[in-house]
Amino acid sequence: MARAHKYDVIVVGAGGAGLMAARYAAQHPGVSVAVISKLYPTRSHTGAAQGGVGAALGNVSEDHPEWHAFDTIKGGDYLTDQDVAEMFAHEVVEAVYELEHMGLPFSRTPDGKIAQRKFGGHTREFGKSAVERACYAADRTGHMILQTLYQQSIKDNVVFFNEFHVLDILIEGGECVGVVAYELATGQLHTFHAKATVIASGGNGRMFKVTSNAHALTGDLMSVVYRRGIPLEDPEFYQFHPTGLYKIGVLLTEGARGEGGILRNKDGERFMERYAPTIKDLAPRDMVSRAMYMEIREGRGAGPDNDYIHLDLTHIDAHIIETRLPDITEFARIYLGVDPVKELVPIQPTAHYAMGGIPTTINTEVIRDGDNTIVPGLYAAGEVACASLHGANRLGTNSLGDLIVFGRRAGIYAARYAAETSYKDLPRDEQDFSRALIDRALNGPGWERVSRIRQDLQESMQDNASVFRTEETLTKQVEVLKELKERYQKIGVEDQGEQYNTELMEALELGFLLDNAEALVHAALNRKESRGAHSREDFKERDDEAWLKHTLVYKDGEGVRIDYKPVTLGKYEPKPRVY
Amino acid sequence: MATAPANLERQIRVRIKRFNPEQDKRPYWAEYNVTARTTDRVLDVLHQIKWEMDGTLSFRRSCAHGICGSDAMLINGVNRLACKVLVKDLGDTISVEPIRGLRVIKDMIVDMEPFFDSYKAVLPYFINDTPAPSGERYQSPEDREIFDATTKCILCAACTTSCPVFWANGSYIGPAAIVNAHRFIFDSRDEGTADRLEVLGKANGLWRCRTAYNCTEACPRGIPVTQAIEDVKRELLWRRT
Repeated sequence: MARAHKYDVIVVGAGGAGLMAARYAAQHPGVSVAVISKLYPTRSHTGAAQGGVGAALGNVSEDHPEWHAFDTIKGGDYLTDQDVAEMFAHEVVEAVYELEHMGLPFSRTPDGKIAQRKFGGHTREFGKSAVERACYAADRTGHMILQTLYQQSIKDNVVFFNEFHVLDILIEGGECVGVVAYELATGQLHTFHAKATVIASGGNGRMFKVTSNAHALTGDLMSVVYRRGIPLEDPEFYQFHPTGLYKIGVLLTEGARGEGGILRNKDGERFMERYAPTIKDLAPRDMVSRAMYMEIREGRGAGPDNDYIHLDLTHIDAHIIETRLPDITEFARIYLGVDPVKELVPIQPTAHYAMGGIPTTINTEVIRDGDNTIVPGLYAAGEVACASLHGANRLGTNSLGDLIVFGRRAGIYAARYAAETSYKDLPRDEQDFSRALIDRALNGPGWERVSRIRQDLQESMQDNASVFRTEETLTKQVEVLKELKERYQKIGVEDQGEQYNTELMEALELGFLLDNAEALVHAALNRKESRGAHSREDFKERDDEAWLKHTLVYKDGEGVRIDYKPVTLGKYEPKPRVY
Repeated sequence: MATAPANLERQIRVRIKRFNPEQDKRPYWAEYNVTARTTDRVLDVLHQIKWEMDGTLSFRRSCAHGICGSDAMLINGVNRLACKVLVKDLGDTISVEPIRGLRVIKDMIVDMEPFFDSYKAVLPYFINDTPAPSGERYQSPEDREIFDATTKCILCAACTTSCPVFWANGSYIGPAAIVNAHRFIFDSRDEGTADRLEVLGKANGLWRCRTAYNCTEACPRGIPVTQAIEDVKRELLWRRT
């Protein structure tokens, strides 16, 4: 295979956002598009999303995009940019209909409409009670979205470069002109020259020990742009999903609580009534995760070590569990040997979703500073990006919504830009940076094991920077990360081969993860308040006076530099967040 | 009251069929002794070997809970996902080999291209050229239910690579492709059935199926694959008459 490629639009990542972007870019006349993916497209983690995609269709009960926008803003603890939330709540309705037109097999209501169910933080009339907003296909909604979009990309003859690991983006004269990727099958570097590049490579949950995230989710492209001088926005806001299988972290959808599931402590008490009296177990994820930790901390956790909570589905009709929640039922049976129809399921919060990421405008253009200066030719969408939709805490179902709304926008805007512009020159020796990364990993002194450093990273992040944080734990974690980065300079890779060197790939991924962790921890240490998923025990209150602003973390030599930019407010005044 | 399982440890012997084209003329069996916990998946054991004993061991994996379909392999002689089989359900010796019928590139990594080529051949996408309504196309729960099972396919290739017909004749389109044709043929909203049936009616299409049921047993998603193939055969016959 030739090692130099030229496409008008390059999409990095083949999950929901990437495939959506590719589809819409390819519809622009005369624009050539290729997708680069570290995996085969159908292996992307969008396929693991379970419960639903939120859209105010009103198929089951009255609903309006305005209510959805408000819930998203309040759910995000007012760190959500309100113009983004309003646009999103309207466009997601259209995007869901488009998925249906692409053949997506949603579950159906008795009268044949797309079925909808309740999810955390989604309410009617600005918080009065829970509303059925999650459009779902059993508990495989993400799987159906991913399969449907891949199917359509086959129909559209989209060009794929599968099992190519992107290691660098090429910036020349302040503009993005392409990427460099490592071909796993051959060990060769490839240069992709592009007019517009869309990054849609997903999240970074593998920096934590207990996570719902796939092994592939190592925040590669967040780190790649960060190394190239683009800041990461709001990385301190990292979501822990309340219901991960105990110790394993495999996700059990919030849809289980949407169908009536209840969280219980060791005494069998429905404790969420004390924390969120109006919507109880369907409170947003940050609140439920914290409540669970509080129960455990106060000695009311279940099990021999009093360290987990029970998810109770036993009162729900077995037929509903088997038909609407078949996959998670199977997960509990296989991995814990527990039958959710008859038994309580041991669960604990699991690292799940990065609210922050590569900063973008509402149109997915990547920005490089607090003045919203655009990096021409560079776009980002999906979990890797931060258009400030999710603010400090993402509502359940808004990730699938994010993929389709922002993936589509990225495709449209990138193609429009590519059609209007000409190819810019590549930088000289464009592969040097990537080549150096590989050489360092392959030719290191060799006494540190990648797996050991990664394990130390995951455990320390879990202990010091997960659901609760303090100045003490975060300062400690800054030191831990410094040590881990030093150890990373001394790694060894046994496999020196060129074909499918998965050990080398894991070594490179660890380097990316360390950068991601660094940005998160510094941002968290600096933010002296509690808001959404960022919960500081030494600063328990939300402080709008000082902290109603977005963090921007820049790489600055071996350290970091932090800046802030204002939140875009709108018609909803920040109010205390009670449910 | 449910309790989480205790993490009892036990010693197991893992036999892995290794092959590195840059060094080896032919595949060979390597053995590793590992300590596994009750809750460990075979994938965890493979990771333990790769991360602590031999970094050169190569396999695909991603989600680690049976959704992405990366880690289909032959485990104790049966096609399974390494992330969906618990060590406690196997004996004290575990053997791991690549899935059969596709070219082995390195260790468990096989060439997936022919598999995806067959998949693409059946027009595995929604076809309906009638202009869509402004809202959704309606579909009754009963119509939706008919093809529910075949929407579960994760394209892991466990079915196709357990099929004796496929082993004997690699150009047989294979059960996974037929399952994905089924998903659209029986979707009341789709209009592409005739084109798909034409592909499936060809020499290397569904008439090659000898109803061995290996595919159904191998499917990690519980899809009644053989039943789906029979459904499509019947549809093809019905359309011909």
